[in-house]
Formats: sequence, structure tokens, C-alpha cells
Amino acid sequence: MENLKQELKAKIIENLNLEDFKVEDIEDNDPLFGDGLGLDSIDALELIVMLDKDYGIKISDPKKGKEIFESIQTMAQFIMDNKTK
Amino acid sequence: MAHCYINGVGCVSTQDTSDYKIFLETQHELTENIVRVHKPNYRDFIKPAMIRRMANGVKNGVVASAIALKEANIKMPEAIITGTGMGCTIDSGKFLKNIIDNKEQFLTPTAFIQSTHNTVGGQIALGLQCKAYNVTYVHKATSFEASLVDALLMINDNETNILVGGVDEIGDYSVRLHQLIGLVKNQETLSNGLLQSNSKGVVYGEGAQFFALENQKKETTYAELIDVEIYDNIDESEIHNKLLQFLKTNGLAIADVDLVVLGNNGDVKFDFIYNNLQDNLLKSTQQIYYKHLSGEYHTASSFGLWIAAQICKIQEIPKFLKLNNKEVATIKNVLLYNQYLGENHSFTLLRSC
Repeated sequence: MENLKQELKAKIIENLNLEDFKVEDIEDNDPLFGDGLGLDSIDALELIVMLDKDYGIKISDPKKGKEIFESIQTMAQFIMDNKTK
Repeated sequence: MAHCYINGVGCVSTQDTSDYKIFLETQHELTENIVRVHKPNYRDFIKPAMIRRMANGVKNGVVASAIALKEANIKMPEAIITGTGMGCTIDSGKFLKNIIDNKEQFLTPTAFIQSTHNTVGGQIALGLQCKAYNVTYVHKATSFEASLVDALLMINDNETNILVGGVDEIGDYSVRLHQLIGLVKNQETLSNGLLQSNSKGVVYGEGAQFFALENQKKETTYAELIDVEIYDNIDESEIHNKLLQFLKTNGLAIADVDLVVLGNNGDVKFDFIYNNLQDNLLKSTQQIYYKHLSGEYHTASSFGLWIAAQICKIQEIPKFLKLNNKEVATIKNVLLYNQYLGENHSFTLLRSC
């Protein structure tokens, strides 16, 4: 789980081009959207594609996205519970 | 005919062109065959949330346009017209590579959104919240001139101010293709020896130049943009007559041209077109060039216009631009002539105010 959280932080920084952030700047429970990392709806699409491509998880219910992408902690837990690769 | 004045300019180029004085003092020799822009501090002009999605060309265009508008004190342009030969090649390459690598699956939106040719014009408009006319012209090496023609038409149609510019960026993949088909020089060529390189291809560059055009002259005015004419495909033997005809349309003869700004790029295959003009029709005219400082790209002529506008204002020609030793006391009528690969010919006429 700890490795997965570090991996997610690195992927988010790289895929979303968050030039000002380093892995150690992101706390596990920091909100990803809004006041935290400041991600937006386009980033949400990037994250959905990332889950599908890297972990084989398809998010069929968009309403769930808000809970899943709340923080690194919630994302990692969701991936642990649902990953297919 | 309404008057069209260049009242603000912004330039992001391979040189430090944040200020013309700095450019004159620090202009440096290009030593590589692929030359990238001297990066401005993007964060001074673009919000961090927007900057992370922008490729270089978009950032350079946004910065150059902001500088031009600020100088002309224009808060909201009545039109944004952009010329680009290759568009946003970095994100286009990224998106196409993703399609291939991922077998047409898992395509993310960012590179796609940013990959279209009109991304620069769109991002400028988004930043300004400008909902006015916004058009991008993609006509190879006359993309910028096509934008100027549109701007002139709009000024004549009673618009009061127009933001117009030329932008191109180096994308690694597209440049590799240019290299493969021999459009980029193989051997390293120094700027000072560019025109004597006697080799095929060009030193490939990138840049973004924007101009705030208005129908009123003011303190910041650089020059008046008189006319622009484009010929995509004409025989080399016709250029002489087309040039004379262009001048005649504007009430001028060759003797009235005080300075000609030429687009020589050191490609031995096509520089003869410039050389024929230099040695014959323009023999007695003061001549300068600029692509040894900017590199060649489809909208490099906008860097030429940036230099021409500065010369009109300051009335001084730096030595490192000169192609001959002719001099005139006052530089009034300035003619720009450009072509690339023997096509996309353009004439642009400026008049100092």
C-alpha cells in the first residue's frame, strides 16, 4: 500500500505536469481537487484513463469519482480493492 | 483606406528579445542546427494552473501577445489573428504517439486539446477572456502574412485594434522528419557563416512574435503597416516584376525603398532567389537579413517584421544585420521579402512614422 501511494504521487506529478510539486510535498490525505493540488475536470479524465491503463480499472459510475479521487489515500485503497493487473 | 499602425510588439525568439536594447547588446551566435527560444520567465505572464498544460509554442505565443498588448495599452483586442506553419507539433506528436503506443486505447485529453493549430489563439483569448474574432491561418511560410492581410482588411473595415502574430515551435518528432528529408543542415553552421555555408537545408528555429495593430498613431507607434502581398507559387523569373508591381500599387518605385529586409536562410538550393534580387533589382538598396539570429521556421518572417519595426522606430541598423554597405539618412519605406523552399513568397511594406 505504501509503495502504491508513492507510485501514485509520482505518476500524478508526471502525467499532470505538476512542475512545482515533488512526491514528498503531497500528503496521503491532501485533497487532490480544489484547495489541495488544485486539479480540475480535465485532470479527472487523465486520472480515469490512468486507472484503466495502469491498473485495469474501469470507472463505470462517474458519481463515484468524487470519492475515489478525494486523496492519494482513497485512490490507493480503491486500486487495491479493484485492480485487475 | 484606413491607416494601420504597429503600436506594440512582443517577441520570444532564439535571442534575448525581451527588450530591443538587450537584443542589440547580447545578440549571440547560433552554433547548432536546431535552435530553441531563449525562454522568458513564463510565470510572470501565465497563471501556474494554465502553464502546466501548455507546450512551448503556446507559452511563447501567450507571452509575446501579452507584451505587445501591454505596450500598446490594449486591454481587450477586437480580434486575435494568429499565423502558424506547423501548429502545436509537440502535443500533436505526443497525442499521435499515444495512439500508436496504446493501440488506440487510453487516450488522454490534454495533449489532444493542446494539439490543434489554433491552440495559441485560443489560449490567448482564454487568458484575456476575449470573445472577439479569433482566427488562425495555416499556410506554410505565408501563415503570418495571411494573418497580416486579414488584420489589414479588418482595420479597413473599421476595427480599431487587432492582435496579430506568428508562432511556431520545435517538436522533436517533426524536426526529425525535417532532418530526414534534408530540410535541416547536416553539418554545424555558425550564424556568421550561414550565408556562406554552401550547403542544403537550414538552421531550424522557433519563436513567437505578436503585434498590436491600431488605426490610430500614438506614442508607442513603431511604423505604419502599408500593404502585404502573397504569392504561393510563382516562377523565380516573375518575382522581379511582382515586386515592382507591388511597389507601384503602393505608389512607390524601387528607388523609394530605403531598406529591404530579406529572408535568406543559407539554403544553397533556394538562396539564389534572394541573391538574384540582391545583385540586380535591389543592388542599390540597403539590405539586411535576420534568419542567422532566429533560425528558419514557417513564421520566421514575423521575427523579420519585429526587427523592421524596431529599425523604423530607432532609425539605426545594427552591423550584424547588414548584407551590404549602402546607407540612407532616413529610413522611411521598408520592404520585407520572404520565401521558403522556393515557394510562399511574400512582400510586406512598412513606413516609418
